[in-house]
Amino acid sequence: MFLELRNLTKQFGLQRAVDHVSLTIQRGEILALLGPSGSGKTTTLRLLAGFEVPDQGQVLVEGEDVIRLAPVHRRFGMVFQHYALFPHLDVGENVAFGLESLGVKGARLGGRVAAALALVDLAGFERRRIGQLSGGQQQRVALARALAPEPRVLLLDEPLSNLDPSLRERTRREIRDLIHRVGITTVLVTHEQEEAFDLGDRIALLRDGRLEQFGTPDELYDQPATPFVAGFIGRATPIDGRVASVEAETVVVDVGGVQLRAQARNGVVAGQPALLMSRPEAFVADRPGPDRLNGAVVSRRFVGASAFFTVQVDRGPTIEVAAPPRSLSVGAKVGLVPSGRGLHAFPVEPK
Amino acid sequence: MKRPRSAWGVLLLLLLLWLVVYPLVLVLIDSFRGPQGWTGDFFRQFVERPNEWKALWGSIWISGATVVLCALIGIPLAFLFSRYEFPGRRLLGGLVALPVVLPPLVGVIAFLFLFGETGFAARLVQAITRSTDPPWRLQGAGAILLVHAYSMYVYFYLFVRAALAGLDPSLLEAAAALGASKRRTLFKVTLPLLRPALVGAGILTFMTSLASFSAPYIFGGGFRVMTTQIVATRLNGDVAMAMVETVALTLVALGGLWLLRRSEGRDVIGGSRKGAGPVLVAVAPRTRRLMTLLATALTLLLLLPHFTLVLLSFVPVGTWTTEPVPPSYTVGNYLALFSEPERFRPLFNSFWMATLAMVAAMAVAVAAGHLIVRKRVRVRGAIEWLLSLPWVVPGTVFAIALATMFAVRAPLAGRVVLIGTIWLLPLAYLIRNLPIAGRAVLAGYRQLDPSMEEAAATLGAGRWRTLRRITLPLLKPALAAGATLAFATGLGDFVTSIMLYTYDTRPISLEILSSLRSADIGVAAAYGVFLMVISAIVFAIGSDRRAATG
Repeated sequence: MFLELRNLTKQFGLQRAVDHVSLTIQRGEILALLGPSGSGKTTTLRLLAGFEVPDQGQVLVEGEDVIRLAPVHRRFGMVFQHYALFPHLDVGENVAFGLESLGVKGARLGGRVAAALALVDLAGFERRRIGQLSGGQQQRVALARALAPEPRVLLLDEPLSNLDPSLRERTRREIRDLIHRVGITTVLVTHEQEEAFDLGDRIALLRDGRLEQFGTPDELYDQPATPFVAGFIGRATPIDGRVASVEAETVVVDVGGVQLRAQARNGVVAGQPALLMSRPEAFVADRPGPDRLNGAVVSRRFVGASAFFTVQVDRGPTIEVAAPPRSLSVGAKVGLVPSGRGLHAFPVEPK
Repeated sequence: MKRPRSAWGVLLLLLLLWLVVYPLVLVLIDSFRGPQGWTGDFFRQFVERPNEWKALWGSIWISGATVVLCALIGIPLAFLFSRYEFPGRRLLGGLVALPVVLPPLVGVIAFLFLFGETGFAARLVQAITRSTDPPWRLQGAGAILLVHAYSMYVYFYLFVRAALAGLDPSLLEAAAALGASKRRTLFKVTLPLLRPALVGAGILTFMTSLASFSAPYIFGGGFRVMTTQIVATRLNGDVAMAMVETVALTLVALGGLWLLRRSEGRDVIGGSRKGAGPVLVAVAPRTRRLMTLLATALTLLLLLPHFTLVLLSFVPVGTWTTEPVPPSYTVGNYLALFSEPERFRPLFNSFWMATLAMVAAMAVAVAAGHLIVRKRVRVRGAIEWLLSLPWVVPGTVFAIALATMFAVRAPLAGRVVLIGTIWLLPLAYLIRNLPIAGRAVLAGYRQLDPSMEEAAATLGAGRWRTLRRITLPLLKPALAAGATLAFATGLGDFVTSIMLYTYDTRPISLEILSSLRSADIGVAAAYGVFLMVISAIVFAIGSDRRAATG
């Protein structure tokens, strides 16, 4: 275990910004801290960097607790949300700044600056002013500056939020390739699921300072631990029902007299109410009939390869399903048939 | 929210308490202490003397009238130069702000040379009427108001111009689209949005006018305001009464500030300026020419004192007697400033004292900025308030307070004898510099992205390297603005100097005064030009910084 967060807790006033968060990260792994704003992901990153001191908990690097170390001594590289490039220094001086702290001088300094800039495809940019760079170039300089002193851990705060949407996907790939090439252990903060999926080997989903689920992107999508995870990762429609029977891995839930088979989560008890989270692929729209959720299509949202149709079930819930774009039209009567995947049953949390 | 305890914060707080509050407390104590212990006698005497009431009332009504006059001049000028497009608008709009480059005493002597009994205007009238008697005497409340209006309308002008520039034009367009007339838009939209600027300018004008000393001192004659009254009382040896007067003036200053702050109301958000179009109103060609003409005439009128000062600085000593215009000119006065030891001495004094005070004030301000903005120490509110306090309290008050504090040797009570030493004036300048340096540096610190320093930390830079390589270079514009303004304030100081100087430490302002007394008009003017140029440079650096930060 290369990097470990143990029970990290940080309170601001009455609010627990970070509430007993424990995570483990392998050497060379990319961890994405994902969550809505106010979920504590940025505070967690700042605790890692050392800008905040936790009320409780530890940060271990190769078993050594670094929580008492000031940021200066942690040897964690960081790329800030707005990059925080020093505007009064040129590109080369920015990249050299961290190396100078290590006592690198003269020709070796120039060589390592050039190498760091070459790493981000900016060879020969040493004498440029920061103000002359595009947003994408600034981001790469920030990466080069953070990586040049060969830190133990790389921290990225919303690395793509300052870029044009058109640039994001390409930059995402570049960052991913770069991090894997360097092989550095990385923690990044993002509020966008797509970014977390694309960059993160594993994802820690935070909500109100608490760790909601920690796993690979596939695990988070296929086995959401809570209704919140199911709703935040990908799309899901909530459906109220009652548990008819419980088997080992699956559960049968009664929704308006129709029996639906869903993947069970801990704590689902027969006879109790349950909350189903339905992925768009959980149902296939067919002709109305018995033992189906019959209803009418009320809206269509076309996204290209497929379309999302909202179906108002007769005397029942509204469910979003994905289907080929021209297979249904608004107003059509349909019967929804479970597809056997993408339907998750959760116990209803007492209010 | 939990705040880190900081020994440094407490230390800075104590330093400021000693510098800024302790002298005032001593004044308050002394105003209640007679030879036989505590007494309210001095206050009773103060209340019973009609002269004191007259001076107090004089201070208040002069300040109020100054605010009104300055608003009447400054606001229309601001509208003229920011709303209408005409040839020369930019240049003339900049020149109109130039009265600000005259330090108080210099502005006053420029007026003396221009409109005084033996000034240009009077001589011109004499030449026309072939009379030998001066046509008027530039004295009393009217003269003071004239000088105040001239030197302080700039506050209203600059504040309102800045507010108009920041005003979202789409708000005015929205008002027009909703069918509001121009008049209704002005009173219902524009003026309410300008309120913070108007109140800010009003406060600044009122406080400056209340603390004004040079104009009443030179032009007051028999008319007294509180600042001149204090100095006169003290020179008469009535120390306790001077203390009471000082307390009274301080109370008026605090009361005025409180009243004006109350009228500020909630901050109005002016809306975003995104996608803002031009705000300039196009006018008919004939009107444009008229505007240019009017603006040029106004500007020339406003620059007359500057011209006068420059012209007179070239007049040889004792050559201008009865002629309407000086008969001969020389650069000898300037040469004398730098070649004659006795003339050079004040320059040297003011220079080193202003430099020392500026450096010390900047050091305090940077420490305060770091502790208030970055460390967010618990006592940050108190530190910021103490830094700005010398701005609220008139300079005369601080002069008296320092003279009181440093006349006694009592090291345990934080008092040492500095009267008569060379250290008292730099200390006084330092205190007057605190609000200037503090405001500039705090504003700079607040604009500074905290992640810059954090980035330096993640890159392994220690505290000093971060300060030297990152923080100070990034603060440079704010530091330059604060330092130059502080330096110019010390260099041109008259109010505190007149009470605290010794012959060995006499600063430029006192030398101007004594040159004036010995009728060395040219020398006095040369000193004045010198101060004016320094102030102009400061002003240029300050506006350059505004341009740089957008």
